[in-house]
Amino acid sequence: MTRTTDKVALNEWQAVGTVEEIISGKRRNTRLLGQDIIVEMDGEIPRMFENNANGGIGTEHPAQALYGHIWTTLGTPVKAPLDMPEFKEDGRRLVVCGALTVRASALRIVENFLDMAHFPYVHTGILGEEPITAVNDYKIEIREPEDEVWATECSFFQPQAAASADDGQVSQYMYRVSSPFVTVLYKTCPVVEGAWDLVGIFVQPKDEAECDVHTFMLVLDETSTMSDLVHFQQEIFLQDRSILENQIPPGLPLDPMDEIAIKADGSSMLYRRWLRNKGLTFGTHRGDGSSQAA
Amino acid sequence: MMQLYDYVLSGSCYKVRLFLSVIGQDYEKVPVDYYPGGEHKTPTFLQINPLGQIPVLVDDDLILRDAQAILVYLAGRYDANRSWYPEDPRLQGEIAMWLSFASNEIMNSSAARLHDMLFYDFDIDKVRAAAHAAFRVLDDHLTDREIMGKQWIVGNHPTIADIACFPYVALSGDGGISLDDYHAVRRWISRVKQIPGFVVMPGIHHN
Ligand SMILES: N[C@@H](CCC(=O)N[C@@H](CS)C(=O)NCC(=O)O)C(=O)O
Ligand SMILES: [Fe+2]
Repeated sequence: MTRTTDKVALNEWQAVGTVEEIISGKRRNTRLLGQDIIVEMDGEIPRMFENNANGGIGTEHPAQALYGHIWTTLGTPVKAPLDMPEFKEDGRRLVVCGALTVRASALRIVENFLDMAHFPYVHTGILGEEPITAVNDYKIEIREPEDEVWATECSFFQPQAAASADDGQVSQYMYRVSSPFVTVLYKTCPVVEGAWDLVGIFVQPKDEAECDVHTFMLVLDETSTMSDLVHFQQEIFLQDRSILENQIPPGLPLDPMDEIAIKADGSSMLYRRWLRNKGLTFGTHRGDGSSQAA
Repeated sequence: MMQLYDYVLSGSCYKVRLFLSVIGQDYEKVPVDYYPGGEHKTPTFLQINPLGQIPVLVDDDLILRDAQAILVYLAGRYDANRSWYPEDPRLQGEIAMWLSFASNEIMNSSAARLHDMLFYDFDIDKVRAAAHAAFRVLDDHLTDREIMGKQWIVGNHPTIADIACFPYVALSGDGGISLDDYHAVRRWISRVKQIPGFVVMPGIHHN
């Protein structure tokens, strides 16, 4: 496809690669919202250019390095990338898990990330286990002025909540969606009492139904090796991939009637409503047949 | 304790994990940061396997690379009944034929998956077509076997040939390759999933 005309999607900051990969001199030829782009480092400074059909380098757009990733935008963002003060805390390890391609709508990927109900079935023995399948009640809200979707006071029994967990635990969770394509969760750290581990996905929508998903963890864990941590996260993520790629319809339905039809739970309902109020169309299912995600 | 240099998303490592689980053999995993770390190409790892590939099995002073070689060793050494790699030379010949098929033709499905999932630079149309050609051969073979009343690739019970062929056939969807046209293959996949001790990996489900 060609670059989307959806202003809502264009006006967001998006992660399009890891600093580590691009700083080593590897340019990243990739795509964002239907536009072919080139991401590179000019010394310490990240840069992003459109990649024209004829192979020529086109217009430059803003880029910045943040949270181990390069962020960029094709539009005029109204809002900075999310603020995660935990990145400045001592003793935390940033685990950049690398990008993985998923043939699904970015919105489906974010919605799946918010969903606890699938833990026992899809992440069996890790994030959940039958017969404990019920999702306990939790709170949902839109936080202002940040304009973020939050779900708090979530909890779930988990046989292996993190790479560092020796035993099952009831994990407390908070979920946060800061842009249609960016979401982070906070969950009980198995090692340090009272602390949260962070896990997040920065979804780079390449087309309406194909994304690169950049995953990170920011954890308090001094014992696991980097490989342990990366494997833990990639295993979970890949368990979701084949399911995400087979969802029907591929685009996320935003029509209120659909929420009833799928018995969407609280956080997914609020996420969809929030997207609808923004007027986002990219990656949505449009009943009129214009869904390019189909 | 036996060690397996392992990557959680690797179908080749899964060949070994699956077999170790089926024969109930204990081992220790050594996680390799294959992606994004590229640890299998570092000098330290190249000392273990100069080909820069996983899996690698270390058992005492034996270092083995290549999933198929590892399966032959494990079946010979740890399967007391010798049912997974029978001593019959004729069956051994047939098994070797399918082990080779698993590490050559079927690996086109792995290439498609690496392309679609981890940005590997393969000619995607070419590798998908080659994977389809391989699946056609396997499907025809399994159809013939079913006509003879047989359920497995070789012999009368599952062997390491089934274990070696299974992962990248079952993971083909990850590389955008549909198994819709391979009915005998799909029935065989369901049978493999019923083998006692069967374990899953990301992308492969119990049902
Ligand atoms: N013939 C080997 C191939 C295994 C293989 O392709 N491993 C992949 C990971 S799934 C690998 O290490 N690839 C790195 C490379 O080939 O450079 C086997 O069957 O064990
Ligand atoms: Fe999941």
